[in-house]
Amino acid sequence: MGKLLGVVLVVIALVSAYPILKNQYPLPEDISTHGHLIDEQLHDTMVEAGISFIGAQLVLAFFVWSFTGRKPGSPLKDLPGGARMLVIVAFVIVGLEVLALGAFGQKAWASVYFTPAKADSLQIQAQAEQFAFYFRYAGPDGKFGQIHPEKIDEGNQNYFGLDPENDVAARDDIVSGELVVPVNREIHLMLHGKDVGHSFFVRELRIQQDFVPGLDLSVHFTTTKIGKYEIVCTQLCGLGHYNMKAYLNVMSQADYDNWFKQQSAQ
Amino acid sequence: MSMKHVVMAGAVMLAASAVAFAEPAGGTVSGKVTYEGTPAKMKPIDMSKEPSCAKMYTTPPVAETVVTGTGNSLADVVVYISAGAPDDAAPSTAAVFTQKGCRYIPHVLAFQVNQELKIVNEDQTSHNIHPLPKLNREWNKSQPPGTPAISEKYDKAEFIPVKCNVHPWMHGNFAVLKNSHYTITGDGGAFTLANLPPGKYTVTAWQESYGDQSQEVTISGSETKSVNFVFKAKPY
Repeated sequence: MGKLLGVVLVVIALVSAYPILKNQYPLPEDISTHGHLIDEQLHDTMVEAGISFIGAQLVLAFFVWSFTGRKPGSPLKDLPGGARMLVIVAFVIVGLEVLALGAFGQKAWASVYFTPAKADSLQIQAQAEQFAFYFRYAGPDGKFGQIHPEKIDEGNQNYFGLDPENDVAARDDIVSGELVVPVNREIHLMLHGKDVGHSFFVRELRIQQDFVPGLDLSVHFTTTKIGKYEIVCTQLCGLGHYNMKAYLNVMSQADYDNWFKQQSAQ
Repeated sequence: MSMKHVVMAGAVMLAASAVAFAEPAGGTVSGKVTYEGTPAKMKPIDMSKEPSCAKMYTTPPVAETVVTGTGNSLADVVVYISAGAPDDAAPSTAAVFTQKGCRYIPHVLAFQVNQELKIVNEDQTSHNIHPLPKLNREWNKSQPPGTPAISEKYDKAEFIPVKCNVHPWMHGNFAVLKNSHYTITGDGGAFTLANLPPGKYTVTAWQESYGDQSQEVTISGSETKSVNFVFKAKPY
């Protein structure tokens, strides 16, 4: 009976690992320049965890198999070094594993979050509110107008609280419900939360960043493939959270310039 | 004169007076609402976050905060008697406010105190209508597609902006009024308030962005008095 359990443990371990080894859960396509670092990190973590998992299950199965049917009274053997050595060895092995993942992963995370955007990146402001994303471009004058929260008037499409009457820089600002970007250009997305917590997530970009009310956060990325991708809110923000999304529209530089000109004319 | 003649004469006089009072002729106030100056350009609405509504339009609709027409006219202006007329009981028909194409139809809905307000959702998406009164009770109600109409009423006269909690661009107005003498200008800005008994009245015109203006008018019989309103347009 006990030996059967040992066999079953091995079978379960191998069957669980099989779909992952055969890559039956492929990742969404990667359209960013840094995405491959994150994908590699995911892959490395899977391999490390997978080896540890199968190894641990085999060791468990071995002990179950060996010590089943032990006759009462037969001597017990201790592991060399006893319990203390066991704990130290576990500590060292697991510790090294976690440290390794952290050290290799630092390249994927720090390179996105700890480096500033390049000086010539395209600056776009993203505002998250209940329950939509709106994006603001500086317009032909290249300057963002100031935001006045008391002037926010949603019914009049003034989501950011701009004051074009008194603020000349605000007159040509372009506000769009879609995030339109030119391909192969670094985008510096400045995240501004209008009311409660929200989160910006585009899975193909491998970017996810919370909007925190009161903080001005930013992310930067460069897209590599033209197309339309979904931006979803991934931080529960209220009764419309299920419906809160926008689209990232990656266009060629020429198409983007046309879109920009058309928006400025409005 | 015999008794028969007296009775017949009395009956004829009664009938005549009945005819005279059956249809109160009353006076009329009519005119036009226009603007001077340059009104702000209405921007097209971006509905990309709600594809089921966005696909209903070949070109995106524009915001309806200021609706201009031929001859510098203003549409969607509520013109009503704000003083001089007694309060009227609410009619039994409901005022209907429809959510269609992720917009409110009509953009401005005028109805009376305690009149039934019916809110209908004709879209394939859920809406959450949220009127924003200052005097009346504030409420918001979720309305999934295919569910029955919401029935509500207001017991105080007020101009109430209306928004949708799920779709930030949706905007409308309720004009809750005390009497039955009101109308909303259409394209061309013309209005007519009829059946006004003799008296001194204050006629008020209300536009959601430009505020309101009032003028006094006196009706003495069944004449038509001309009253025009000119609003100063705001460029932004």
